[in-house]
Amino acid sequence: MRKFLITCALVLFAALAANPAGADALDDILAGFASSKYDEIEKTIAALAASGDVSAPAILDALNAGSLQVAGDNKLYIKGDDGSLKEARSGAGAPGENPPGLKPVKVNNRVRRAIEAAMGQLTLLSPDPAKRRTAAASLFHAPDPAQLPVVEAAIAKESDPDVKHAFEAARAAIILATPDAADADKIAAIDLIAARGDEDAKSLLDGAAASGSPAVAAAAHGALEGLERTLAMWSAAQNVYYGLSLGSVLLLAAIGLAITFGVMGVINMAHGEMVMLGAYTTYVVQQAVMAAAPGLVDFALLIAVPAAFVVSGAAGIAIERSIIRFLYGRPLETLLATFGLSLVLQQAMRSIFGPTNLQVDNPSWMSGSMALGGLAITYNRFWIILFSIAIFALLTLVLRKTALGLQMRAVTQNRRMAASMGIRTGWVDSLTFGLGSGVAGIAGVALSQIDNVSPNLGQSYIIDSFMVVVFGGVGNLWGTLVGALSLGVANKLLEPVAGAVLGKIVVLVLLVLFIQRRPRGLFPVKGRAVES
Amino acid sequence: MSAARTYAVAFAIMAGSLAVALLSLLPAEHALHVPGYVVALLGKYLCYALLALSVDLVWGYVGILSLGHGAFFAIGGYAMGMYLMRQIGTRGVYGDPLLPDFMVFLNWKELPWYWHGFDQFGFALLIMALAPGLLAFVFGYLAFRSRVTGVYLSIITQALTYALMLAFFRNDMGFGGNNGLTDFKDILGFSLQSDATRAGLLIASAALLSLFYVACRVLVGARFGKVLVAIRDAESRARFLGYRVERYKVAVFVFSAVMAGFAGALYVPQVGIINPGEFAPANSIEAVIWVAVGGRGTLVGAILGAILVNLGKTIFTGVLPELWLFALGGLFILVTLFLPKGIVGAWDRLTAKRMAAPIVATPVRQPEAGE
Repeated sequence: MRKFLITCALVLFAALAANPAGADALDDILAGFASSKYDEIEKTIAALAASGDVSAPAILDALNAGSLQVAGDNKLYIKGDDGSLKEARSGAGAPGENPPGLKPVKVNNRVRRAIEAAMGQLTLLSPDPAKRRTAAASLFHAPDPAQLPVVEAAIAKESDPDVKHAFEAARAAIILATPDAADADKIAAIDLIAARGDEDAKSLLDGAAASGSPAVAAAAHGALEGLERTLAMWSAAQNVYYGLSLGSVLLLAAIGLAITFGVMGVINMAHGEMVMLGAYTTYVVQQAVMAAAPGLVDFALLIAVPAAFVVSGAAGIAIERSIIRFLYGRPLETLLATFGLSLVLQQAMRSIFGPTNLQVDNPSWMSGSMALGGLAITYNRFWIILFSIAIFALLTLVLRKTALGLQMRAVTQNRRMAASMGIRTGWVDSLTFGLGSGVAGIAGVALSQIDNVSPNLGQSYIIDSFMVVVFGGVGNLWGTLVGALSLGVANKLLEPVAGAVLGKIVVLVLLVLFIQRRPRGLFPVKGRAVES
Repeated sequence: MSAARTYAVAFAIMAGSLAVALLSLLPAEHALHVPGYVVALLGKYLCYALLALSVDLVWGYVGILSLGHGAFFAIGGYAMGMYLMRQIGTRGVYGDPLLPDFMVFLNWKELPWYWHGFDQFGFALLIMALAPGLLAFVFGYLAFRSRVTGVYLSIITQALTYALMLAFFRNDMGFGGNNGLTDFKDILGFSLQSDATRAGLLIASAALLSLFYVACRVLVGARFGKVLVAIRDAESRARFLGYRVERYKVAVFVFSAVMAGFAGALYVPQVGIINPGEFAPANSIEAVIWVAVGGRGTLVGAILGAILVNLGKTIFTGVLPELWLFALGGLFILVTLFLPKGIVGAWDRLTAKRMAAPIVATPVRQPEAGE
């Protein structure tokens, strides 16, 4: 089938070029590479791509790499890494000595761009369906009327229905871009494109509505109306996704606080710095893995999660033992002391690692994105959403099902009674604070993937985190979940209407008003104990 | 504290500033000449002291830990800044007689409505008091009516100043965005560059500080002040005794905000710039630590703390800039752990021990949620 395709393309080209001699047309084309003019070389590339010859990709690759050589008789050779020559078309080894007049074909940036375009076109005829599909998509985005015959040939031969669909879309785009195509064809093309329902379709139809004949323009307008409705829906859905993503980040940052502030009632202004410690731990772990086992770099993040938990957790326990336990029952003093601590920690990181942002790389499984209908879903955000939900579930389990969780709840509900039952309350305090701080450290691992790792990292989240906890209701992990997600979504839904900064301000003001209406948050803990 | 001691403190502030101001007007080669930057620095400290005084009034006497007093300070500063901008007139870079430079730069054609009237000093003066006072009234009324107290109040005051900071960073707010207001030329017709104006501003700051200090002292000494302390120590009991707690709180919060606003207004001509950075929550918290260092609930401690900490900051950032945050952070921790009543409190305890004298009032610990 491949052979047939090639022949088909060749015949097509022969017809187009109307070469009366019937000699090998390809040789004539390739002779263009001997020219010293970049214009000529560019034209040659385009012609070569249109020919769809099997040898074309190799020739273009060599040209791009600068190893394509042309001899005095216009024959092309590819120079291998070892200096050996091969005939470009046949791939056969060249005669013993170098042919006379051998010189490299000239390449500049414009030529390289031409090569890139040509490669995209060549892949229309590639045996790999995935490649054909990308080629069709790129053609759809930049329709070129000259490609219509190639696309039509490709459609005729295509067996994979998905790829065929992509080709048809490309063909429709090309028809719309061809000024002298028949109106009936254009209207059929409009229907086909409108069915795609995405942003690209909209821009194509916008063009058709503006330029086509009355009948075409009317069809395009009609299609656009339906399309815009679909698009608006997708864009709302996209904003919700961004909101969930922001909410999951807030959740990660706030969930440790929900334990230290919500459960223990300790105002830890250095909470943001626990997050920052986690992010710096990620950096150190990544550097260490890169130095010790470069192959495992993709898994550095998995090592960083427990490492960050331990580092931030240990820091939290140290803080609790050395400062906070002397200030229980004096929340305002705790606030001031921990704020001082946050200044010290920030300056410490600045002194050790420098004031600039550090580079933490995304592992390969977290970069890139996928399309889901009209949604663009970036993998790093997606993983962070999953990760935050996992952390939330894990933490809920720890609080509900483990002995430590039971003791924590006992101590916070009635310290003296818990102590009478033999619970070491001081020890539980330390562990609770350590747990909250450790979770903050884990949040730092996730944030290092989407934010700058700098001494100020924690500062940017601390106010939001407090707002989430206060909004959701103190002493309630579910409140934190709902609070974080709804704040995130509200923020992102307001953004297109009010702008990023104004949206944030509006959310803050609404929150301040909300707290004044319901000082105990969305989900207040009920009972007499609350009303001091 | 006795009336005599109160007036002694006010007198000391005035006399000291007056002396420095006069010395700065001596010819430069004179042995006792004080350079201009010292005058400006001292004036800045006095503005900070006034801010600290306003924080101490609400925190030390009513137990409202505001982490947003920097917002009132900055608003007062912006009101003064707007007056100073209008005074530039045609001397700006673009020479527009009506529009400040940044508006010309942003291609604005008209003066926004809220900039009108600021060419009159009297109007600007009114706004310096009204704007922070009004914000404090609205915020305080909502917060205290719904009985938001303790750390919740602290957190939402912090959110308030944070939101304002974000807002003032926006160019289309019409307050100069990121760069704020600067490049001032003169105030009331006196050039801001001259030594005499600086000396005058220092004396004005000292006078305002002394005035507000005496006013606060009278306020807390009066029946009104006793109620405030009662609210601080046992809010519910004060309410059950029939006092309208939220009215007292709103009143003192507004008064304190106006004080902070005036502090900001005097601060701006002495440092020559006001920008949204003044709204940063960290600034407000820093003002709280001045009070904590000096001793909360003593008024004189707030003034002392503000001057001492800022003196330390000036010296530290000059000699060891790297270590300043370590020092400031350490100060926060050490003072709260070991000097809960600040320097004045520690001093009082020492002298009280020596004279075996009266009981030092200890505030009853506020019961907190979840206990």
